[in-house]
Amino acid sequence: MKADATLDCIGLYCPMPIYHMANKLKELEPGQVLEVLADDEGIKVDAPAWCRTTGNEMLGIEEKAGEYKVYIKKTK
Amino acid sequence: MAEKVTVIVFSGELDKAIAAFNIAIGAASMGMEVSMFFTFWGLNILKKNQGSIRSKGIMRKMLNFMNRGGSKRMPLSKFHMFGIGKWMMKRLMKDVNSPQIEELMAMAKETGVKFIACTNTMGMMGLSKEAFLPEVDSFAGTAAYLAEAREGKVNLFI
Repeated sequence: MKADATLDCIGLYCPMPIYHMANKLKELEPGQVLEVLADDEGIKVDAPAWCRTTGNEMLGIEEKAGEYKVYIKKTK
Repeated sequence: MAEKVTVIVFSGELDKAIAAFNIAIGAASMGMEVSMFFTFWGLNILKKNQGSIRSKGIMRKMLNFMNRGGSKRMPLSKFHMFGIGKWMMKRLMKDVNSPQIEELMAMAKETGVKFIACTNTMGMMGLSKEAFLPEVDSFAGTAAYLAEAREGKVNLFI
């Protein structure tokens, strides 16, 4: 998936990926896509929950060898 | 309007404080308005690490000597083992890049979390405002807490 920005959260545990994700998304414009790299399995459930609460769009999660790529579209 | 979250921090142990700050930072990162009320032993987290605590009367002096507080002096609630357990736990946390308690406090402030210190406990323990970090937003009581909590979507007691 194509992204406008990438955030590396490899090696970080909850709630740090969420904290950095929220900060990074502030730098993006509505409609832009953020890619988050993480290896804490919690991100699979936490990222969609974060999107549901904040109203941003969860585009998808790719998993490969214990690492996750999360794609979030900023909606507002 | 943002949803409100309140956390009562009653405990003064490092592990419980970490849990409290993690939830507060998580909630603030989800766009919620977070207030943390520190009461009883929880006030220890907000005490300055340096200097002595001045209080009047032998019992309060004794209490504040034995219960000095400050983020660097907090024990673990389990396996503290005179500090050996805490040292090991800190090593493990460093291993997985978990922030230290002082960093968590700074992140909480940066995301807009409000710190409120309980004036009732302060009076009982003989603590003045000077004993506390400048990060404390206000000094208040139960009514202030309940006014927030009745509008709160999530209210926790730790």
